[in-house]
Amino acid sequence: MARIGVFICHCGENISATVDCEKVAKVASEFPGVTVSVDYKYMCSDPGQNMVKEAILEHNLTGVVVSACSPRMHEPTFRNACAEAGLNPFLCEMANIREHCSWVHEKSDATTDKAIDIVRTLVEKVKRNEALAPIYVPITKTAVVIGGGVAGIQASLDIADAGHKVVLVEREPSIGGHMSQLSETFPTLDCSQCILTPRMVDVARHPNITLYTYAEIESVDGSIGNFNVKIRLKSKSLDEKLCTGCGACIQKCPVKKIPSEFEQGLGKRTAIYVPFPQAVPNKPVIDRVNCTYYIKGKCKVCEIVCPTKAIRFDQEDSFVEVQAGALLLATGFDVLKTNFFPEYGYGKYEDVIDGLAFERLASASGPTKGEIRRPSDGEIPKKIVFIACAGSRDPAKGIEYCSKICCMYTAKHAMLYKHKVHEGTPYIFYMDIRATGKMYEEFVRRAIEEDEVKYIRGRVSQVYEKNGKLIVRGVDTLLMGQAVEIEADMVVLATAGIASPGSEELAQKLHVSYDKHKFFSEAHPKLKPVETNTAGIYLAGACQSTKDIPETVAAASGAAAKIAGLFSNDLLKRDPLIAVVKKCAPPLYSSCTGCFMCIPVCPYQAIDKEEIKDRSGNIIKTISHINPGLCQGCGTCVAFCKSKSIDILGYNHDQVCAEVEALLNEW
Amino acid sequence: MSAHIENNSLSAKLQHATEVKSAKCYQCGKCSAGCPVSNEMEYPPSVAMRLLQTEDPENDKKLLKSQTIWLCVSCEMCLSRCPMEIDIPKAMDFMRQKSLAEGLSHPKSKNIISFHKAFLDSIKFTGRLHEISLVADYKLRSWHLGQDVGMVPSMLSRGKLPILPEMIKGRKQVAEFFKKTKKT
Amino acid sequence: MQKKIGYYPGCSLEGSSREYSESVVTLANAFDVELVQVPDWNCCGATAAHNLNSILSFSLPARILAKAQEAEMDTIVVPCAACYNRLTMVQHELKKNDTLRAEVNGIIGAELKCDIKILNIVQFIQMFVADFVASKQQFLFDKKVACYYGCLLVRPHDVLDFDRTEDPQSMDEVMKSLGANPIDWPFKTECCGAGMSVSRTDIVGRLSGRIVKEAADRGAEAIIVACPMCHSNLDMRRPALEKAMGEKLTIPVLYISQAIDMALGKSQKETGINRHFVPVNISLQNRVVVPEVVLEKTEEN
Repeated sequence: MARIGVFICHCGENISATVDCEKVAKVASEFPGVTVSVDYKYMCSDPGQNMVKEAILEHNLTGVVVSACSPRMHEPTFRNACAEAGLNPFLCEMANIREHCSWVHEKSDATTDKAIDIVRTLVEKVKRNEALAPIYVPITKTAVVIGGGVAGIQASLDIADAGHKVVLVEREPSIGGHMSQLSETFPTLDCSQCILTPRMVDVARHPNITLYTYAEIESVDGSIGNFNVKIRLKSKSLDEKLCTGCGACIQKCPVKKIPSEFEQGLGKRTAIYVPFPQAVPNKPVIDRVNCTYYIKGKCKVCEIVCPTKAIRFDQEDSFVEVQAGALLLATGFDVLKTNFFPEYGYGKYEDVIDGLAFERLASASGPTKGEIRRPSDGEIPKKIVFIACAGSRDPAKGIEYCSKICCMYTAKHAMLYKHKVHEGTPYIFYMDIRATGKMYEEFVRRAIEEDEVKYIRGRVSQVYEKNGKLIVRGVDTLLMGQAVEIEADMVVLATAGIASPGSEELAQKLHVSYDKHKFFSEAHPKLKPVETNTAGIYLAGACQSTKDIPETVAAASGAAAKIAGLFSNDLLKRDPLIAVVKKCAPPLYSSCTGCFMCIPVCPYQAIDKEEIKDRSGNIIKTISHINPGLCQGCGTCVAFCKSKSIDILGYNHDQVCAEVEALLNEW
Repeated sequence: MSAHIENNSLSAKLQHATEVKSAKCYQCGKCSAGCPVSNEMEYPPSVAMRLLQTEDPENDKKLLKSQTIWLCVSCEMCLSRCPMEIDIPKAMDFMRQKSLAEGLSHPKSKNIISFHKAFLDSIKFTGRLHEISLVADYKLRSWHLGQDVGMVPSMLSRGKLPILPEMIKGRKQVAEFFKKTKKT
Repeated sequence: MQKKIGYYPGCSLEGSSREYSESVVTLANAFDVELVQVPDWNCCGATAAHNLNSILSFSLPARILAKAQEAEMDTIVVPCAACYNRLTMVQHELKKNDTLRAEVNGIIGAELKCDIKILNIVQFIQMFVADFVASKQQFLFDKKVACYYGCLLVRPHDVLDFDRTEDPQSMDEVMKSLGANPIDWPFKTECCGAGMSVSRTDIVGRLSGRIVKEAADRGAEAIIVACPMCHSNLDMRRPALEKAMGEKLTIPVLYISQAIDMALGKSQKETGINRHFVPVNISLQNRVVVPEVVLEKTEEN
């Protein structure tokens, strides 16, 4: 005979504002099999949990229904409480009367009735629940880190330093990411490369880190603890073991005028190239789109001059497969590079550039050796207009969100310009100044007060060229919309930060969720900021949303700590909510007919065949078998099984049918 | 949701009649920056949006009494550049009609209003615009009797001013439109 | 062979801007297109109607659309940018808003289907002229020109869906095909002052003056327009512009249809340029070679 306890939570006012919780408790107490039914303001609090525990002991309960919020957050809480009181945790269920009821309806009798219905379905289900035991799977203590910017570098070093293996995969020829392009960093103005390059070198040298550059994720299968990651190593047209990085090939390459991606097009590179002098690894790749040999079939100058004969024109892409216990997404961001603001002349006038290009102009290693010179004629600009929010906070033409980093880097740009060109005047058109980090507001004040940056609160309507000047027409909204016209020599747009290209494709390969802007979604916006919704896959840095360096590094270390925590166990405990092939007594053994429809539909390759033998070893029957370590409990096989021979533990046919019937039957 | 709340502000009326929501404006100023006549206005478009946002009866009145709403040339530059896609030209149309209905229109905008009225009168009687009648009507309304007189001979000589209006067959029907739409 | 297409000239084209209508008819005839006027058409209401009376501003264009529908016109060409804008806006609003459509149908006593294709002059040229112009062109329009689009041809983009609102190119492309050299300039879609021509000529002087001066400063030999309001503000109001700018401005203003007519070798009477206030002192060279429409860019290594 079932003895079920029902515990109705008010969730403060989240539920009780629209649902009459006392009534729900009272009605539920009359459900067949319910022994005790109570309501309480915060069921998840310590006293609330004690109510559950005490009721289990006092009434010798056989099942518990906590009707409160979504099971996502608090199912583990209440299952643990039940276990502490001696009840098998899988005999505890959550009835979600918050997200599924109180939050989506107005206060009314119908809302309360719906809550009652939800509770009743779970009561019927829990009556049929069975005691289950968790399953344990071994963990492969290797992490694959995708993306070699500062986030990937930091996380790789942290995980590797904790004693675990790391495979770092970077799609460009060098690690370093956007941070390696930056000049000096706010709010301290320390040189970006000076603080980053030592870490890049550490990555290359670390015995626990395997680095694959010019490589991309081909496919991922498996699950937490045991992923199988296939990595495509794009052909570098080079035998890296032989190459010494002497650079002779680069010097002699006849194709010298390719706009350098690293220099944002402000500098040129050759067809065989390393992106920048401090690159890690410092070995070149051949850009086949621009290489004369690949276009016209002859040249091979690099091959001739290479002292170690390392050039391989016929090299093809190759693949490596890596077993990993966890994956970390650290693919970073990109800046919006389009002319979707034709009124600013971006893409039309050479001297209208974006913030990343300005970083290269201001960088000591950049195309102008750190002198601020405008791209069109190399003159030192006397006036620069910086336009903030060029694309950000603009649902009409750009993106609706705030890119977050631009206020600070624009202040920094104006400051750097002033430091380098004392007689110059920087203007910044802004809407709001968002300087919320440590020492950030002070930094902006310094730009305004000490470096005499002219902040203009308002927008620019148009930028056009006239007599070699860029005419910037804008408005000062603090002066009742007074028109402002500046004859500038250069315009720098703080273009929006957007998700890195290919993010959507990668998310689909990995089965992680992403938002409408193609940024990867965290599992919980506050409490699980470095986890994705897919167990075992973590994220860090600007691939989640645009972040500055301190935030990115903090997130990377956070994700690394999570992964190290996972790897601190040899076995991974998992809920046993997996599919099983039902067995029964001889002579049938199982209703499975051996059609094996389930094998190809399983997305996790968790199903194989099992032979049932008699005592003398003769095969009686071949049926499906589900590997509990691989099964994720998705239920696809259940739907495909014609003979209804597969059940999901915790969600078997009886339980689900009982739930549906409880909803359909008039009470 | 907020339909139950009594809100008599110009902003609420605007939203009800046109779906233009002044609350969307975050005061970036892009409209004022590109507006060809903002320098002539006492309240450039972004300031007009701010006045709407306050939902203060005094500010509502300021707008309806302003020259701003009559100086707007409906060029739509503001809308085409607004990051929030706020249809300011539609808001201006609404405020002009409100201003006239409440008899608040700015005395200095008399010329502009007279011209619009003369324009509509011309259509009302003939179905099409007749420029000589329009200008004559406008002159009577505005008392700018001498204005543009110098242009008449050269326009006539270029065949640009037909003396007699074109009368369309459906002119009575068109005149009916004016009656039927008068109240709205 | 002759194609028939609906035609809504609008009031200006019957009066102060009649040369525009003349040039459009000349152009259409040259390319075997017969323009059939919408029967008994009325004024679209222009700025005045939508400034003073919203529902009237829907009803007047609605009657025009109803008349075209009655005459079974599936396409109408509307050379006046202001009329084009009003008709397109109204058809769009009526199509998406059932309540408004019912109300307006009641006022005008018709059932609007709202499915008439409304072409502006540039679209008309793209559809009926552009492909054949090379075969009929007699003179090379070998001039630096400033294409001036104004407001109403390109805004609002969401509804009109024509070209783009910043730095549009469609008129430039047409002029290039005639052999002209369209300048890159920033005021292509700045407002000329529009309907303030009579009531606030001072404002028109400043706005249009700035536009004309900028085109002249950049070396343009003609301004090309597609709107009678723009034309009269830039041409007929030239003295006011000169007063506002404090200098003499002699650059002529041509409708795009007139420019093509000129390249076809049409007479002053046929193009209507004799009616302009600013004299059109443009003489064109006999066309010797077929001008390349598309300039192929040569790739450098």
